[in-house]
Amino acid sequence: MLGLGKKDTSLLLVVVALTMLAPFILNPFPSDSAMAQFNAGYPDLMQRFVIFGIFAIGFNILFGLTGYLSFGHAAFLGVGSYSAVWMFKLLSMNILPAIILSVIIAGLFSLIIGWVSLRRTGIYFSILTLAFAQMSFALAYSVLTPLTNGETGLQVNLDDPRVLGVSATADGSIPVTNLFGLEMRAAYDMAVGPWTFTFSAGYYVCALVMIAAFYLSIRIFRSPFGMMLRAIKSNQTRMNYTGLNPKPYTLAAFVISGMYAGLAGGLMASMDPLAGAERMQWTASGEVVLMTILGGVGTLIGPVLGAGLIKYFENIFSKINDTVLHSWFAFLPDGIEDFFVSIIHPFVGKGWHLTLGLMFMLVVTFLPGGLVEGGQRIAKAFRKKEDDKPKSPSTEPAE
Amino acid sequence: MGILEVKDVGKRFGGLQALGDVNLSVQENTCHAIIGPNGAGKSTLLNCLVGKLIPDTGSVMFDGNSVLGRSPHEINQMGISRVFQTPEIFGDLSVMENMMIPLFARRDGSYRLHAIESVSTEKELITRAEEMLEEVHMLDKRGMHSASMSRGDKRRLEMAMCLIQSPKLLLLDEPTAGMARADTNNTIDLLKKIKEERDITIAIIEHDMHVVFSLADRITVLAQGTPLVEDTPENIKGHPKVREAYLGETQQV
Repeated sequence: MLGLGKKDTSLLLVVVALTMLAPFILNPFPSDSAMAQFNAGYPDLMQRFVIFGIFAIGFNILFGLTGYLSFGHAAFLGVGSYSAVWMFKLLSMNILPAIILSVIIAGLFSLIIGWVSLRRTGIYFSILTLAFAQMSFALAYSVLTPLTNGETGLQVNLDDPRVLGVSATADGSIPVTNLFGLEMRAAYDMAVGPWTFTFSAGYYVCALVMIAAFYLSIRIFRSPFGMMLRAIKSNQTRMNYTGLNPKPYTLAAFVISGMYAGLAGGLMASMDPLAGAERMQWTASGEVVLMTILGGVGTLIGPVLGAGLIKYFENIFSKINDTVLHSWFAFLPDGIEDFFVSIIHPFVGKGWHLTLGLMFMLVVTFLPGGLVEGGQRIAKAFRKKEDDKPKSPSTEPAE
Repeated sequence: MGILEVKDVGKRFGGLQALGDVNLSVQENTCHAIIGPNGAGKSTLLNCLVGKLIPDTGSVMFDGNSVLGRSPHEINQMGISRVFQTPEIFGDLSVMENMMIPLFARRDGSYRLHAIESVSTEKELITRAEEMLEEVHMLDKRGMHSASMSRGDKRRLEMAMCLIQSPKLLLLDEPTAGMARADTNNTIDLLKKIKEERDITIAIIEHDMHVVFSLADRITVLAQGTPLVEDTPENIKGHPKVREAYLGETQQV
C-alpha cells in the first residue's frame, strides 16, 4: 500500500492509530482519581510529543542512516520557529505559509552549516555542528536582537502589519494562529463517565504532519538514497571505490534532517506563536540525540518512541512532589513512610533528570538498539513460548 | 598503446623515494602482474592509479584520459575497479544490498537523489545482482549480513561487486594474502574464469608466485621503486635480476 512493503504498511497503520487515538490512550485514568496526574492526554503535551517526534524522525535520517552525529540540530528548530513567527507578524496568522517558510529557511541554513561541517567526520563534525549551533544561539540571544527580540523572545504584537490578515481582532486582541480559519487552540472536551478526553485542533494538525513526516521517512529508508546513506555509515572507502561520491549524499541527508527540524520548529511556533533563543541551546540539541538513542538509532519508530518517553518524563515525572509521595506511602507506618519518601525523592520532581539518566545508562548498556530492541526481544520471547507450546505435549513422557 | 599507460611516475615520501621513473604499459584483455619484494613500491604504485595518491612526477593515462588529480570515485566511473588486500565491503548491509550499490553507481553516476522509490521496485537491477551472485556461488547467502561471512566469502563478494560494474580494468591488491591454500586455489579458479568469459583487463599485485604464474600473461618486477624487468612468466622465472632482487639478501648470508 502507498508504495510500502507489508511490514512498513502495518507499522505506518500502527502509528496512525496511536496518534489518532492518543487523546484516549494517554488519558487512561479518571480525571478525579489520584492517578490523574499521570494522564498525558492534554493538548499542550500531546502536541509536544508529536512535534518532538518529527524532530527526532528527521534527526534519525542523518544520525541513524549515515552515522554523522550532529550536536547542533536545535539551531534549525530555532530558525524554523523564528521564521514562522515572522510570517505571523508580517503575513497572516495562517500556519501554512509560516510552516512552509520555516522548512525553507531551515533547509537553507542547514545547507550552509552542513556544507562547512561535513568537511570533517566523526568527533570533529560533531564539534563543528555544536559550534555553529552555539553561534546561532549567541546571535539569536544578543547580536541579532532586531530580528529575534533577544532574550525576551519573538512574539506577535497588536501593531504587527499582517498584510493578508488583521493586526488585531474586532475586540482588540491579538488574532490566534489558524489553518484557513480553524483555530489551533480550538478544543472539544468529551466526558465519558469519570473520564475527560480532550480533542484539540492543534494536536490533530501536528499529528497529521507527523504521520506525513513518518511516511516520508519510511520511503527514504527504503529508497536507493537511504541505502547509500547506510553504505556511507558502513564503509566510505568502498563507497569511493565503487564510484560514488559520499559528500553530496551526506549533505542531502543533513539538509533533509535540517528541514525536518525546521518543520518541527514551525509547528511549535504555530501552536504557541513565540520563539526564544533557548530553543537553539546545546541542551536542546543534546535532547534530540538522547531521544534517538533511547528509542533506537536507525530504526523507523524508535525516535518517535524516544521523543514520547523523554517528553513524558519531563512533564509528568517532574510533577511528582513530596506530597504526592507521602500520599502513596500513607499506608506505611510513619517512620518507614518517611524513609521511602526520602529515598525516592531525589529521583522524581526536580530530580527527573536523574531517573532519565539512569534509564539512559541502562538502555545503552543492555539494549544498545534502544526501546525498539527491547520490544523485539519481548516479541521474540513470546514467539519462542508459542513455538514451544504445540511441541510440549509430544515431548512430555507418556505415562 | 595499452589501456593503462604509466609514464615516468615518481613519488617521494619525505626522504624516501617510494617510486622512481616507473614505466608500465598494460595491454587490453591481458592479465598483468606486478611483483616485487616488500617495500618495492607496489602498493604506492597502485594507489597512484586509483587516485588515492597523486604522483610527484610523470603521467598515468587510462583509456586515453589522464587519471591524475581525479578522485577515486571519478576514476571508478572511468572504468577502474579495485579489490583490496583486506576485503572492503559494506559490512552492515546484506549481501544483496552490497551488490545493488555498485549497480546503482553504474546506472546513476556518482550522485543521484533517488529518495522516494523503493529499492525493491528495481526489478532489472535485482535480476542482474542475482545472476552475478549465482556466478560466484553466493546466491544462497543473498540475505546474509555480510560482516558475518568468512573472509573467503567476503573476498568473493568484493570481487562480484567489482565485476558487476563491468570494469575495463580490474585492479587486484594481493587478492590471496592471508588465505588458506584451498581458498587461494578457489580464487585463482574464479579469476581464470573471469578472464576467459569477459573482455577484461586485470592488473594484479601479488606475493604468491603460484598465483602469479597461474594467471599472468605479463609480469613486471618492481624493486626499490623502479621496474627491474618486464617479460612473460616463462622468461621471468629464470631471470637472474629477479633472483637477485628476491634472493639477494640470502646470498649475502
